[in-house]
Amino acid sequence: MTAEVRWPRNDYSRVPYRLHHDEGLYALEMERIFRGPAWSYLCLEAEIPNPGDFRTTWIGDMPVVVSRAKDGSIHAFVNRCSHRGATIVRELRGNAERHVCLYHRWTYSTAGELTGLPFRKGLKGEGGMPDDFEMKSVSPGKMKVGNCAGMLFGTFQPDKAEPLEKYLGEFGTGIIRRFLNRPIRILGYSRQLIAGNWKLYAENLRDTYHASLLHEFFVTYGVDRATQKGGVKMDERHRHNMNHAYAATDTQEDAKAAYADTAARLDRMQLRDKKLLQFKNEFPDGMNLAAPTLFPNALLIQINNSLATRQIRPKGVGAHEVFQTVFGYADDDEAMTRHRLLSVNLVGPAGFVSMEDGEAIEVVQKATRSAGDAAAVVEMGGRGPVRDLTHRVTETPIRGFWSYWAELMGVEPEGAIR
Amino acid sequence: MTVPPEIRETLTALMAEYAMAIDDNRLEDWVELFDETCDYKVVTRENVEQNLPNVLMWCDNKNMLRDRVESYRHVNLYNLHYDRHVLGPLRFVKEEGPIWTFDVSYSLFQTELEGASRLFSVGKYRVEATVENGAGRLKSVVVVADTGLVPSLLATPI
Repeated sequence: MTAEVRWPRNDYSRVPYRLHHDEGLYALEMERIFRGPAWSYLCLEAEIPNPGDFRTTWIGDMPVVVSRAKDGSIHAFVNRCSHRGATIVRELRGNAERHVCLYHRWTYSTAGELTGLPFRKGLKGEGGMPDDFEMKSVSPGKMKVGNCAGMLFGTFQPDKAEPLEKYLGEFGTGIIRRFLNRPIRILGYSRQLIAGNWKLYAENLRDTYHASLLHEFFVTYGVDRATQKGGVKMDERHRHNMNHAYAATDTQEDAKAAYADTAARLDRMQLRDKKLLQFKNEFPDGMNLAAPTLFPNALLIQINNSLATRQIRPKGVGAHEVFQTVFGYADDDEAMTRHRLLSVNLVGPAGFVSMEDGEAIEVVQKATRSAGDAAAVVEMGGRGPVRDLTHRVTETPIRGFWSYWAELMGVEPEGAIR
Repeated sequence: MTVPPEIRETLTALMAEYAMAIDDNRLEDWVELFDETCDYKVVTRENVEQNLPNVLMWCDNKNMLRDRVESYRHVNLYNLHYDRHVLGPLRFVKEEGPIWTFDVSYSLFQTELEGASRLFSVGKYRVEATVENGAGRLKSVVVVADTGLVPSLLATPI
């Protein structure tokens, strides 16, 4: 398959809307990114602590089983029977000694190897598989699994992929270790189906410009404002990024000057129950907002004391699921767990500071279907080379995302920045 | 269990008003159906079946409900839509002191401004309510949504 993208500029400061609507490009993304050399986020190790534990997930639009084998090793394999293509594991999660396809009872080990099939030798000398049939030759596709501090990643092309540590870089491994600094406790899941291309979500996560404008709750109640100390960090390839801010580093006066439109409201509106805004600092760096995004499908998010991972699951060219795993720490007491759960009001599908993303993405998808060759303007924070920034009035990491996307897709413009 | 007809009638009317207050966009009236020390929670069946405590929305007193509604009115942005709840009959579970516990199935449809409707959420309420002087009052509503995959976003209460 080949593709051509006509980039108006080589620094990705113009992004054609067609990239969110083109079926051919979507198919190519599945091949070159999700089944390519990128490392995709699978799940957390804490979700499969015991031998035999498994979870089903999606990498791109590929169904995948993540499973812990008897020897404790972790495997990820395509959730599709080698025989006639049925889903092997239909449950979301569980514990099993083996996995049996319902259709003809072909049987797979917890490591994803085909280990048996009924009537292989036939019945009374009749029927059966050919003598030279080798089960190994048709085992489901496997991903190589990598583990960074308990966050599991997989790639379908280990020969072409960089080692996981290098792929995540110092930036990625450092920030994962910050979030997963001690044993965690899974608090549960939430799911959201957004009627927009998955890359609109990837862009949203790299656009710190929108955070305090779209999400007015942030500003109104002072959870996060562009006037706070913070910035944007990226890895050296600009494929991963992190929007972050430090608690209590601005004043009400700073905020009122910056947000003239909403200034009146800053004094008028107060939450009656302020516990929602309570931040118990639990990280040495003092950040109350951290949203590191890892190419192509992962996000870790901290808003005050709510902690979660999010996995982006493309569902065709015009939709994606955001699958959120909320967690706390194993040593949290009951009061802290309650505080984290109440803080979930801030994030997720009904989150005071996240619900708007779903709507923003859907209205972009809706309005760009008919956009022809038109392109988005991505110049906030500057043009040209992509660099880290110590402020957040920027959308530069969006250009970083597209540069790596174009590289993997083989559609870079001439003289492309990287 | 045996439930006096007037109790059943009062609590059925309470739930009818609950649904209609949301659907008529009278969210402030909806809040007034709750007790000051109420609990309102939206959870998903997926989490409940795994004994996981995660919530989509949680207000553990009436002030948090008021904050939700005020933020909805003045701060949050969301998909523009109408809500329509369809409730099933009340199935009483227990009576403990003044508190009646019952389950109600719901379907919640959303209609966008150009008129297209979709099923937004289906599930059940586990309700604890009291009846005093012929009026019902909500102590606790736990919305257990079968629809764990939230379409677009969840802004208005279920």
